[in-house]
Amino acid sequence: MKILVCISNVPDTTTRIKLSGDKKSVETNGVQWIINPWDELALTRAMELSEQNAGSIQAISVVSVGDASVEPTLRKALAVGANEAIRVNLVPADSYSVAVQLAEVVKQENPDLVLLGIESSDFNSSGVGAMLAELLGFASVSSVSSLELSSSGLTIKREVEGGTEQLECPLPAILSVQKGIALEPRIPAMRGIMMARSKPLKVVEPVAVEPLSEWIELELPEAKSACKMIPEDNAKELIRLLHEEAKVI
Amino acid sequence: MNFQLTEEHEMIRQAARDYAQRELIKDVIERDETATYPTQHVKALSELGFMGMLVDPKYDGGGMDTISYVLAMEEISKVDASVSVIMSVNNSLVCYGIEKYGTEEQKEKFLKPLARGEKIGAFLLSEPEAGSDATSQRTTAEDKGDYYLLNGTKNWITNGYTAGTYLVIAQTHPEKRHKGINAFIVDRHAEGISVGPHENKMGMRSSDTHSVMFTDVKVPKENRIGEDGFGFKFAMKTLEGGRIGIAAQALGLASGALERSIQYAKERKAFGTEIANHQAIAFKLSDMAVKVENARNLVLKAAWLKDQGMEYGTTSAMAKQYAADIAMEVTTEAVQIHGGYGYVKEYHVERLMREAKLTQIYEGTSEIQKIVISRSLLKD
Repeated sequence: MKILVCISNVPDTTTRIKLSGDKKSVETNGVQWIINPWDELALTRAMELSEQNAGSIQAISVVSVGDASVEPTLRKALAVGANEAIRVNLVPADSYSVAVQLAEVVKQENPDLVLLGIESSDFNSSGVGAMLAELLGFASVSSVSSLELSSSGLTIKREVEGGTEQLECPLPAILSVQKGIALEPRIPAMRGIMMARSKPLKVVEPVAVEPLSEWIELELPEAKSACKMIPEDNAKELIRLLHEEAKVI
Repeated sequence: MNFQLTEEHEMIRQAARDYAQRELIKDVIERDETATYPTQHVKALSELGFMGMLVDPKYDGGGMDTISYVLAMEEISKVDASVSVIMSVNNSLVCYGIEKYGTEEQKEKFLKPLARGEKIGAFLLSEPEAGSDATSQRTTAEDKGDYYLLNGTKNWITNGYTAGTYLVIAQTHPEKRHKGINAFIVDRHAEGISVGPHENKMGMRSSDTHSVMFTDVKVPKENRIGEDGFGFKFAMKTLEGGRIGIAAQALGLASGALERSIQYAKERKAFGTEIANHQAIAFKLSDMAVKVENARNLVLKAAWLKDQGMEYGTTSAMAKQYAADIAMEVTTEAVQIHGGYGYVKEYHVERLMREAKLTQIYEGTSEIQKIVISRSLLKD
């Protein structure tokens, strides 16, 4: 079995986001880039499956759509244990353009299983997984929180309103995963970092794609206002503020 | 001139940071209080390859350069200098000493388990009456033909109890003074070795520091490092590199204290605003940052010189002395910025301050470093 893990290169979750002058993008100067945490969980689960099912997984590849600046993130994935990396040389404009490029890579590489995070921690669109499945006609399950290999394909659990759903899924399949899928993301070992030097990182040119959406303007969320403390014996004031100021009741 | 770290350097720095901020932080205060050896952390760091990161991969090491080592030491030390001293002694004294000066057989037999972290090493130079004056070795290694017979006491030995392999410096020919000294690789569990109680230290409390007593300990001849009489030179050369590790540790203590102080100053309010907005605090942070940056540049330069195969002894002494001294200053200021909170354990900075003190003392006091530096300035 071959697994392909799709990786988004995102700003570290503690980054203080600043907008560019035209408010159409985020200032990237000084930003520390990381593997999107949900994609990192997908990669971790792929590694775990490979270890738990000795011999049944031949290769784990990682792919990212981006310019050369995503390569350190891909090499980290190699250091953690992926066998090879692919970069599609395009700065993507929206989820659709990412999905189209990834679909091409899937057609070329023929993985049995495609894993990706439920969303990326930068734009949080949650769009790529379903779009990719639609473009390829693969079985697709979202919000997967448990994944095991079975004789007929995959055994999957996913969170649903009020409970957990268990599914059997044939291969090839595309799964978008969420928290719970794997233990903690792995820290690359020195040996892994050393081996990553000689693992292949292939750069492929993008196919032509017209984005289906356009950034008009980004805005930062309002700054958090100071916490108002209300004495414990003044419930009336609390109710008044919730009603008149916060307007939640 | 290039101040840019490589992608690989960044990855190693981040790996060390992740481990420190994710794992070491969880029980560092408790281990400090109870003086408990970090067994699980040493195991985990060994599996990640940090215990033998400088060793050539053919001896099961990580094959990383000294810059990588410095970056990792800084990040680990920001959180837990007790763990980083174990890492430093194993990497830059014991593994380095054997790899640089040992025979092929010694490397196969002793270096490989040390590089894998299966065994931890200890470096036994200091004695009750031979600290800074390392030439006055009282521990004797009597030449008995097929073997040496070790007798004497070593003091302040990091990893003294947990180590599996000792590097012991001892006097074979007292009449030749320091030219009669030898270095030996000794099995920690050899007959005749007894280990004293855990020293109850001010800081770095979870690293195990002990006295070690040798009574008629037989050491095979093939365990001597280098020619007869090479021991003092071996110790001095090995300590040159060791200084870079401790300098990086001191740097980590200082930069860790600075990071915590910046965060605290942006959150803590006094007189109606965050204390970072008061010039008294902002200028303290500024002074601390300049010192940390200077120390980092010196430490990285010493590491770079070593990686280039250039002379680095004086620069490593400068790095060690400066980083240790500013670690003391910066951690003390960090406690001051934190006020009362800095004086209690939950905020970490009092521990960093206690730990910083040791960096001015061990692996060559700040005063000894000044001797090394001034001698190199004044030699003809």
